Amino acid sequence: MRLVATLLLVTFVTFMATSLLPGDPVNALIPIEAQQDREFVEQVREEWGFNDPLLVRYGRWLGDAVRGDLGDSYVTGRPIIDEITPRLPVTGELMVVTVLLGILIGVPLGLVSGYREGSRADKVVSAVAQFGLSIPNFVLGLVLIYVFAIKLRWLPATGWTRISDSVTGNLKSVAMPAIALAVAEVAVYLRVLRSDIIGTLKEDYILSARAKGLKDRFILFRHALRPSSLTLTTLIGLNIAGLITGTIVIEQLFAIPGLGRRLFSAVFQRDYMMVQGLTVLLAAAYVIINATVDFIYIAIDPRIRRRA
Amino acid sequence: MAGPTELRSLQEDGQASVPTAVGSFRVRVGRSLWNAFREMSWPTKACASWLVLIVTAAIFADWIPGLQDPNYQGFLFGKGKTLDPPSMEHWLGTDNVSRDILARVVHGARTSLIFAGGVLLCGLVVGGLLGSAAGFLRGRFEAVVMFYVDVSLAFPALVFFLFAITMLNTRGLGIMTVAVAILIVAPYTRIARANSLSVSNREFVTAARAIGTSRPRILVREIIPNVYPTLVAYSLIVAAVLVILEATLSFLGIGVPIPRASWGGDINMARRDIAINVWPMIPPILALVATILSVNVVSDWLRSNAASRSSAL
Repeated sequence: MRLVATLLLVTFVTFMATSLLPGDPVNALIPIEAQQDREFVEQVREEWGFNDPLLVRYGRWLGDAVRGDLGDSYVTGRPIIDEITPRLPVTGELMVVTVLLGILIGVPLGLVSGYREGSRADKVVSAVAQFGLSIPNFVLGLVLIYVFAIKLRWLPATGWTRISDSVTGNLKSVAMPAIALAVAEVAVYLRVLRSDIIGTLKEDYILSARAKGLKDRFILFRHALRPSSLTLTTLIGLNIAGLITGTIVIEQLFAIPGLGRRLFSAVFQRDYMMVQGLTVLLAAAYVIINATVDFIYIAIDPRIRRRA
Repeated sequence: MAGPTELRSLQEDGQASVPTAVGSFRVRVGRSLWNAFREMSWPTKACASWLVLIVTAAIFADWIPGLQDPNYQGFLFGKGKTLDPPSMEHWLGTDNVSRDILARVVHGARTSLIFAGGVLLCGLVVGGLLGSAAGFLRGRFEAVVMFYVDVSLAFPALVFFLFAITMLNTRGLGIMTVAVAILIVAPYTRIARANSLSVSNREFVTAARAIGTSRPRILVREIIPNVYPTLVAYSLIVAAVLVILEATLSFLGIGVPIPRASWGGDINMARRDIAINVWPMIPPILALVATILSVNVVSDWLRSNAASRSSAL
């Protein structure tokens, strides 16, 4: 219910902001020479429904949007949804690979440094994590481009090979952008898991498991990691939402034909409809992902589930 | 464990202490800052020093003797070379249009500082006050404020920013600060409200109510002073994010317009020559990363040291 309300609000605010703009959207539709022709302009206005009251237009726009019709691009004239669909898998792949990298590297490191709190390994890992959090992803991307594309010539600096064209080519094109995004993810997962593990290992049930003579490794995986999986789930969900911002930057830097890059070109072309459509889409995705995370959290935590 | 440190922290929190004159307060703050600095480990000291240095340089950029004009392009007048390596004349060399890189780094710090400072100030003042009032007054006012917070939190920051600059059709430091400030108010309001809610239930607020203190007076004298310490600590975390954000936006060409110096913008300029000469990119990158790292380290230090104190509150 709350989710629907927030979604309605987001779409409403975006629509209003676009509509209340100074300047006539009709000017973007017809060539400058034709703009002097009052009758023609009026006809186009009527045809596109610009003369209707704002709320009516919002209702119509929302109705279309729910059915997947976000309108046509002012610049290319094609339906926005048609421009978005082929780009979705690209951004999706980048995000999935980033999250996977983050988990595969962050979780083991977090476990080790939490288990061996205060050891030299822990100190090194924590310092590296602190450093990883302090490098903006575009700087990291530039360093990667310089080393692997310009000096070593192992990977292409920009562009994208689809997985259907070539699997290795696809892996090569996803490697650097995903690493540039994943370093901060790794640092976040690692830090949270570390402090989680340190806290859990002080619990009484860990002591009793030790007293029973269970092996350290067994305790760590079966008893200590389990409660932390809740924190990690929330964190991963929140980070996926945050990754939306990250992919926009990284797609631009690596010239990857994803949603973020399309949003960018739309901004520079002043393609209002496209910017509006993508804003609504990304904000809605953000809201839905956050709500899903809350839901999953309730579903997997028996303590909360019983209370609810 | 009611040792002397706990007693001291009680007094410093201002709860139990007698109001003092402003002058002695200033002396006390100065001394405690120095003491805090002495307690730090050496990496933290280095980070704190770097922050002091970069902020000072940013503020006094125009008055530093010998620092060149960040937009002076010597080669136009036959007096400088482009992509010059470091020399006595240009300590950090020159960029691709022969501007002094050191001057650009210092002035870039100023851009970053103005942006982060402006946004933080908005968050602290607007968000802090709205949240404190919402948590204390409750009712319809709270509902309206939280409505704004919910909507604003639903937009990913960069998406909102791109939307805003397209619709308003302007770029620049001012619009950038305002747009991000509108977003940053939301988390501040949220934190302030949560704190305000819990402070409102404390004994001293009940006591103030019992002796017939007016509501605005309670808000100003009891609630707000107890909400702000958390917000100030939160600001350091936000500051790091804001420095990254300014650099990112300028790097993408949608932040501060050229020729204004900005670390992100200068990195973007240097990127074009990355295959020929990588040097002009390095000073702004180092300044940027060092600043973010320093803010993070100092904020971690502050949090781990403040934890023991706030528990005494």
